[in-house]
Amino acid sequence: MKQARVVFVKECIESLRDRRVLLNALVLGPLLTPLLFLVLVHLIVGRELEKAEKPLPVVVIGQKTAPNFVEALEQQGMLALPEVSDPEAAVREQRLDLVLRILPRFADDWREGRPAQVELIYDSSRQEVRGEVERLESMIQAFSTRTGSLRLLARGIAPSVIMPVVMAGRDQATPQARGALLLGMLPYFLILTALIGGMWLAIDSTAGERERQSLEPLLVNPVDRSAVLLGKMLATAVFSMASLILGLLAFVVVGHLMPSDEPSLGLRIGSGFVSSALAVMTPLVLLIAIAQIWVASFARSFREAQTYLGLAQLLPLIPSVLMMAVPMRPRLWMAAVPLFGQQVTILRLLRGEAVDALAIGIGASVTLGAAAAIFGLTLRLFGSERVAISS
Amino acid sequence: MIEAQDLWKSFGATQAVAGVSFVAQDGQITGLLGPNGAGKTTTLRMLYTLMRPDRGSVRVDGIDAAAAPVEVRRRIGVLPDARGLYKRLSARENVEYFARLHGMTAQQARHRCSELLRDLQMQSLADRRTEGFSQGERVKTAIARALVHDPRNVILDEPGNGLDVMANRLLRDVLRGLRTEGRCVLISTHIMQEVVALCDRIVIIAYGRVVADGTPEALREHSQERNLEDAFMKVIGAAALEGNA
Repeated sequence: MKQARVVFVKECIESLRDRRVLLNALVLGPLLTPLLFLVLVHLIVGRELEKAEKPLPVVVIGQKTAPNFVEALEQQGMLALPEVSDPEAAVREQRLDLVLRILPRFADDWREGRPAQVELIYDSSRQEVRGEVERLESMIQAFSTRTGSLRLLARGIAPSVIMPVVMAGRDQATPQARGALLLGMLPYFLILTALIGGMWLAIDSTAGERERQSLEPLLVNPVDRSAVLLGKMLATAVFSMASLILGLLAFVVVGHLMPSDEPSLGLRIGSGFVSSALAVMTPLVLLIAIAQIWVASFARSFREAQTYLGLAQLLPLIPSVLMMAVPMRPRLWMAAVPLFGQQVTILRLLRGEAVDALAIGIGASVTLGAAAAIFGLTLRLFGSERVAISS
Repeated sequence: MIEAQDLWKSFGATQAVAGVSFVAQDGQITGLLGPNGAGKTTTLRMLYTLMRPDRGSVRVDGIDAAAAPVEVRRRIGVLPDARGLYKRLSARENVEYFARLHGMTAQQARHRCSELLRDLQMQSLADRRTEGFSQGERVKTAIARALVHDPRNVILDEPGNGLDVMANRLLRDVLRGLRTEGRCVLISTHIMQEVVALCDRIVIIAYGRVVADGTPEALREHSQERNLEDAFMKVIGAAALEGNA
């Protein structure tokens, strides 16, 4: 144990002097994901707000033909812009997104009760104008339906006669749901932060030590290899934990920077969440540390280890994506799956739901058990001549 | 005292060491001499317990290395073939790290380290990070690291490699000092001058086997050559013929 502490202290000192480790563990790891999160939220929420509230500017040709029609659309949020000479060319050359043309016959047809025609001029290959087109279409549709109903009523016919089927869309992609989508990513972000925080040290103290040819002299000391491994693992875990704590604090700050008119995002990141999340994550951080060391021990060089661990960063994405793709109710067995269990629990903590101690306890014991098993595997690897000898 | 008894080791199809036996006595410098690839490093690695022999046994001060590897490691100081230092630690920190791993207290480690760095004339380098050290400075640091626990037996794999004239002379003085203190010193080398200048006993290895074992004088007489280098060439040549036959 004393020797493990010696190894631990040395690994920490050495890492604190390494700019790459510091940058990764204490700056990039903790800040990258909260910033990413912040930008994503602002982009998504901002776009939604923009779509829903901002007037839709549309060049309208032939406004004078149908002033009432234009006014009705403007009440729904359209902003009529003055006419241009060649709207087709303007749209083709992408100077304009969308043009509404009211045909000259419109007024006559309207008066006679014939279908009055308007044209939408747009370029359907442009993804970004699709939303605007749909919005204008629905405005015109709404106006048309309302007018049609009034005409039927005027003739003493109930408008429901021409509506044998009524369809009401109940779009659940409200801001809450979108918020939940983002929240679903948060546990992954936290795990990713822990992974990035420990990665450099895990590589440096195994594959790096081999590459620099210092592992052989180290193993010639009268030290139990389990003590060496334990020291390295704890040092990795400490950096991983430091990264995680900084990351959580960054999320607290980010939580305050969220668009204030979107309380539905329901980000409950306070001191309570931070401490519970840390408690849930601690066993996982140990598992991550030993798993990273294990994987890095297979590599002959720093770069090789980096490739392996870079791929390993995608692993915790699986439960996150799974939960988003196939929403599942939290169940007890989930807690018993390392990575998955922590993600479920953190998600529940985020939503402010009560998390039972049993689930946390099971999660922690299974995770620690897995860490111990991988520790055993790594120890066997460390004992092999293949790993001990650099050249 | 280090005893190698019929050591065998193969890597896949390559038989690196095929029945090496010799004894390195206390108070003597024993030289393991042989061309590159003769099996010197593999033999030493089995002696300092990094590798397990396929067959045969290693005893250090009478202790079986297979049965008590940690106790054996406690009794030997090793300058391995791989002698990497920690670049972001100073020379002193590198040496103290190993001292602490040997169970010394921080104070003992500091004291012992200062002593060694003084003996190796490294005081001016002591607190510089080893990144940017010359080859000679790195070897000296690694030697200090190997001697930090005051071992009875010292194994050095090609200690003279990369050293300039001054550093080499210092190294020889250090090794002779260890001999005078009654320790068992075992070095491997492919450089004839190193053996002539230092060793009390020479074990010549070629093709994974011991082809000659004795004092420099005895070897010269045995091969009936006046010059030790010629004697060396002769026994190696004889072993090659034997190997081919």
